[in-house]
Amino acid sequence: MKFSDQFEQRFTEMLTHYPTKRSVLVPTLLFAQDEIGFLSDEVIHELAGRLDLTDLEVRNVISYYSMLTTKPRGKFNVQVCTNIACMLRGADELFEHCEKKLGIGHKGTTPDGLFSLEEVECIGACSWAPAAQVNYDFHENLTPDKMDRVLDEYKKKGTQ
Amino acid sequence: MASLVSHPDEVKVVTKRFGKGATSLDRYLELDGYKAVQKALGMQPDAVINEVKNSALRGRGGAGFNTGMKWSFVPKQSPKPKYVLCNGDESEPGTCKDRLILEHDPHSVIEGVMIAGLSVQAHVGYIYIRGEYRYLSEIMQKAIRDAYGRGFLGKNIFGSGYDFDVYWHGGAGAYEVGEESALMESLEGKRGIPRIRPPFPAVIGLWGGPTIINNVETLASVPHIILGGADWYAGLGPPKNGGTRLFCLSGHLNRPGVYELPLGYNLRKMIYDVGGGISNGRNLKAVVPGGSSTPVLTAEEIDVGMDFDSLAKAGSMLGSGGVVILDDTTCMVKFAQRIMKFYQHESCGWCIPCREGTDWLKKTLTRFHAGGGTKKDIDNIQYLAENMLGRTFCPLGDAAAMPTISIVKKFRKEFEDHLEGRPCPFEKAGAVRELPVMA
Amino acid sequence: MAEVNITVDGKKVTAPAGTLLIEACKGAGIEVPSFCYYPNLSLQGACRMCLVKIEKMPKLQTACTTVISEGMSVTTDTEEVHQARKSMVEMLLGNHPLDCPVCDAGGECELQDMTFSYGAAESKYIDAKNHKEEQQWSPVVYFDRPRCILCYRCVRVCGEGMDVWALGVQNRGVSSIIAPNQDDHLECEECGMCIDICPVGALTSGAYRYKTRPWEMKHVGTTCTHCADGCKTTLGVRRCDTGMEIVRGDNRDKSGINGDFLCIKGRYAFDFAHHEERLTQPLIRKDGRLTPATWEEAFELIGKRFAEVRGKHGGQAIGVVGSTRTTNEDNYLLQKFARVVLGTNNIDHHRTADFPALAAALSGKPEMTASMRDVFHAPAMLLIGNNPTEQHPLLAWQMRNNVRLHRARLYVVNSQPIKLRRQAASFSQIPAGGEGKLAAFLAGDDSAVDALLNEKTTRDSCIALREKLRGEANLVIIFGSEIRGNNITSVVKFASAIPGAKVLCLADYANSRGAADMGLYPDLLPGYHRVTDAGKFHEEWGGVPEARGLTFPEMVESAKAGALRACYLVGANPIGRFGIDPYAFSHSFVVVQDMFLTETAVMADVVLPAANAYEKSGTFTNTCGDLQLVKKAGEVTGTKSDFEMIVRIADAMGFDLRKLVPFGRGAHFDMGQSRGAQSGEADRHAVWLQAQGLEPQMSPFDPMAILDEIQRLVPGYDVSRMNLLAGNEQHTTLAGSGTGALQNPELIVPAQDDLFSSGTLGRYSRTLNSVIENHHKESAETDVAAD
Ligand SMILES: Cc1cc2nc3c(=O)[nH]c(=O)nc-3n(C[C@H](O)[C@H](O)[C@H](O)COP(=O)(O)O)c2cc1C
Ligand code: SF4
Ligand code: FES
Repeated sequence: MKFSDQFEQRFTEMLTHYPTKRSVLVPTLLFAQDEIGFLSDEVIHELAGRLDLTDLEVRNVISYYSMLTTKPRGKFNVQVCTNIACMLRGADELFEHCEKKLGIGHKGTTPDGLFSLEEVECIGACSWAPAAQVNYDFHENLTPDKMDRVLDEYKKKGTQ
Repeated sequence: MASLVSHPDEVKVVTKRFGKGATSLDRYLELDGYKAVQKALGMQPDAVINEVKNSALRGRGGAGFNTGMKWSFVPKQSPKPKYVLCNGDESEPGTCKDRLILEHDPHSVIEGVMIAGLSVQAHVGYIYIRGEYRYLSEIMQKAIRDAYGRGFLGKNIFGSGYDFDVYWHGGAGAYEVGEESALMESLEGKRGIPRIRPPFPAVIGLWGGPTIINNVETLASVPHIILGGADWYAGLGPPKNGGTRLFCLSGHLNRPGVYELPLGYNLRKMIYDVGGGISNGRNLKAVVPGGSSTPVLTAEEIDVGMDFDSLAKAGSMLGSGGVVILDDTTCMVKFAQRIMKFYQHESCGWCIPCREGTDWLKKTLTRFHAGGGTKKDIDNIQYLAENMLGRTFCPLGDAAAMPTISIVKKFRKEFEDHLEGRPCPFEKAGAVRELPVMA
Repeated sequence: MAEVNITVDGKKVTAPAGTLLIEACKGAGIEVPSFCYYPNLSLQGACRMCLVKIEKMPKLQTACTTVISEGMSVTTDTEEVHQARKSMVEMLLGNHPLDCPVCDAGGECELQDMTFSYGAAESKYIDAKNHKEEQQWSPVVYFDRPRCILCYRCVRVCGEGMDVWALGVQNRGVSSIIAPNQDDHLECEECGMCIDICPVGALTSGAYRYKTRPWEMKHVGTTCTHCADGCKTTLGVRRCDTGMEIVRGDNRDKSGINGDFLCIKGRYAFDFAHHEERLTQPLIRKDGRLTPATWEEAFELIGKRFAEVRGKHGGQAIGVVGSTRTTNEDNYLLQKFARVVLGTNNIDHHRTADFPALAAALSGKPEMTASMRDVFHAPAMLLIGNNPTEQHPLLAWQMRNNVRLHRARLYVVNSQPIKLRRQAASFSQIPAGGEGKLAAFLAGDDSAVDALLNEKTTRDSCIALREKLRGEANLVIIFGSEIRGNNITSVVKFASAIPGAKVLCLADYANSRGAADMGLYPDLLPGYHRVTDAGKFHEEWGGVPEARGLTFPEMVESAKAGALRACYLVGANPIGRFGIDPYAFSHSFVVVQDMFLTETAVMADVVLPAANAYEKSGTFTNTCGDLQLVKKAGEVTGTKSDFEMIVRIADAMGFDLRKLVPFGRGAHFDMGQSRGAQSGEADRHAVWLQAQGLEPQMSPFDPMAILDEIQRLVPGYDVSRMNLLAGNEQHTTLAGSGTGALQNPELIVPAQDDLFSSGTLGRYSRTLNSVIENHHKESAETDVAAD
């Protein structure tokens, strides 16, 4: 199992921050997922081994956190917040728009593997609603038109 | 990056360095940065605690407990190391203020953590930031590195002989992890299941050591209190409700945004002056005063001071500072359904009433809003929510029950208007997409 | 500990400081309902069923997490409390399927009971329930997700109790689910604790599911027939075509030395009883072939031949081999039969521990044997050799949980990194075969240390260990068969210098200790009295042969030489077990009593179909010396108990039975065991008695009668009969035993059983075999030891 040097460096450093090894688990899983795309059996086994945990324990943790996934998803994960503040400002319409535009539903992935779509809970952009995150980037005060432009940008980036 | 707004009524304490480049350590120092911690280093730990206690600073995470008081519960002697844990899991719907603090003034959070640490003689602090806030994690990690670079953190800080380490920690998507004991579990690398209390974290917390847990905004306020003094800070708000707080105005407003206003600020003014009034010329229907878990107020109930005690008197809560404004086009059934959908999704599942109650309520509300409701459902919704209230393992169950109860009570007629297969009278506000299956 | 006074529902209740409110209430006879609370497992506070009102607290509080404090005033029966509990049940039922009519747990389901108690049966719920298909996690574990109420008992008992950690919780909220460690199946010790502890029918047993309803079974509390730990097991039995079938084993009432613990063998491996190869008719060799015969024919033949050999060649021409799975009464009677009826001391059994040496070392030291309960309460334990996790599951459970719950210190010395090291305060790995040297070293022979050293174990660490142990009080020293003969003397010597220390010697089979105590030795009588010094036995029995008899290997030699003319093997399979040439006995008249046509039985002249320990009454003595009742649960038509067969043979030999068994009580006729249309009046009467719960006590072969003699004559067995009959274990001591005699250490041959094997018995257990196959191990047929 090979991770990037940056991952290894950060992993090694983080281990020094806590009195127990397993404390690094949650952020480490997210970093691993960022690199590999999802938390494969191999990743789980590797990290379990490093942290003296069983695979089961790691799976228990993974399945608790909504950002972690054991299944591959698109290169750009479009996460539309539909929680109250966004809902009041048209998030449901925005989400439907994305569904139509990308041709996929909640937790779907486009056949080209470029986009995934997800309806998510409040992402902390209530005052700038409606909002979405594409991977970690925030996009706020969205309208269907603005969303189109955002998605087009990513599409360009992704197919370059 | 989230955009900033301002209003003349604002009292800028926590936000005073916003937009001034204070993420840079030098800039932060120019703006009085790290002065408070140095002052605190010269004070007795108890004096620091007393100062914070007297400032009437109350937790900005939701429960509004007096911060100094909380610190004073940490035992003086402890065989296990003590810790400070900054809660940056910000996930309460309607709340987006910690994000701004972390973005514009990360060092103030570090400084707050340090002062908290000094006051209880801890030597390690963690700043937990929700996984979605990746860019803020990076800002924070840089700030921490910079502070280490100058010897502000690590061994012998500011030449005082005191050692203090601050580390960043990241989440991975879970609202419940914002609950303090679940936060510790998460930091320890586990599922975010809350712990049995007592013992409280101040006595037995992270890895069994006494632990102070405070919200980002709470801790970012602390350096200002140490520099400005307890009296000044307490005087900004009504009695027992010291200082200012960041109100996140959202929903049907002309000028939504995050505004720093003194505690006790009138809600009506907040909506019509600060927030610029209801958008599209509509009328106000309801207000969520402190994040999705607080009981809603009707348009008639908005002549209330936005502080912990006044809102409690008005039957609601100041909560996390998320003020969500609903105009008269909003379907309250749909609104209740969306809130419940959230809590159902975020319940950790540990205890029966929260796990099953939220699921049942979500299913019922979804069916109800889609036109499949019965009169009995309305009573059932109320019955279920009331039976969850106060009986769950952690307050998430209450958070789900309280708004529901208030909505059914205050907007019962809207529920009745949905009966007998009638379409939602507010269709535009978002009908549920499909009618769920019934047993 | 200080006492704390509280008031519950107006009642004054006193309990030790630190007691949980739920326990304090229980102590006062006030039941506070709970799903997630389970004594001795970590607290969860998850089900919220135990909410009670505590004065001065605004919200209801969970009694399961509240520690009582002085003056606390609690009410458990208010309207508010009742409503809280009712609503919890209602909410659970929202997603819980109402398939009680087909659910295994129906009738003994805690959720069902709770629904009934709180009147929550009327459903307010009309939406679709969440559904998931049932899963099979192992041959014995099934999981039905929708029934799960997430009390986490299974997760905790597997992790905290068993130290297996094979179950976890995945997802969150209403999607939370109990998950096995291998994605879709379990890799574990298959103990089934998770199934038994499940309050509902979410986890069900592959052996029991859909077989019957709880109220259709009769429940008989008896003792497990597998390893030497002696778990109490409650067998659920049901009438079937061929008698009484055992359908379930558990110990849910938590009585007995094992509480609710059972390992896979105790819980499931009763199925050998109804294996289709079970013998149900006597077999007599005719024209070289074993041919079905009647009981009369068989007994007549045996009686005639035994009497002939004894008459012509004397008792020394007859050999007897006893069993480690038959009762004390069977064994006592067998050796008495050998000595008194056959006139020989040629009697032996499969020895797996050196009890004679232990008896010799302990004589005059009454308090020095540890009981199974001691292992759970001792402040410190030393384990030398053995691997209890595999060979003594209950002992391992007691040790583990003593460490977990009482913070006992466990010191482990072993040649392998056995699993119990995980609970150990110190683990010393020594070279294989070094255990005896360790005993010597402990007893003060410093030169013995050299044999203990390797990269991990140093002279200093050995000395430090000895010092630590010397500093302990009430230490329990547990040792496996690696320690024999003089090394046992050393261990006892070391223990004697530690205040309150006790020892525990590990043998392998259910009644290994009983076989030894009852005198299945060629040179020792019951209670380890030398045959040369028969004393009271001489008087009671009217003479005991004085010459030391033959050990089993000597019998084989004697048979080969043509001197051993007859051999009587009761519940033993030495041919299979020791790999002995079956033709060794071709010149002898061989009688075998067994359940199956074992390697030994196939070479016999007469084979008598025997009942097993689940099919008869009597007592077992576990490896600690705890005496327990064995009760008849199952029944297979066509078999007889060993006890009865011995008596019949003596009778057929023309022996005056009054000298062998107490006689003269009860009615002297056999009830008959046939079933169905052909059965007679007596049988119907038996059915009636059984239905009324009245055991027919009319057999002249009542083993309880000989228990009187055992209690009178065997030192250490004079325990309270009352307590024994009440189902409690009674610890016997070796203090007053005879002097024992040095035994050839080579006669001790460990059974080498692991969690999933159980000598010859195990080969006939479908459950054990399916689990073994599932664990991708070698087939049980080939390499498993026989007894
Ligand atoms: C379900 C739940 C979620 C919470 N989420 C957060 C959160 O995201 N951020 C936060 O600061 N406090 C949150 N809290 C409150 C914390 O438990 C805790 O009270 C707070 O961090 C204490 O800090 P304070 O005293 O500064 O408010 C949450 C509480 C509950 C019950
Ligand atoms: S109330 Fe219960 S299930 Fe809900 S989040 Fe808290 S502990 Fe978990
Ligand atoms: S028994 Fe107390 S919460 Fe379950």
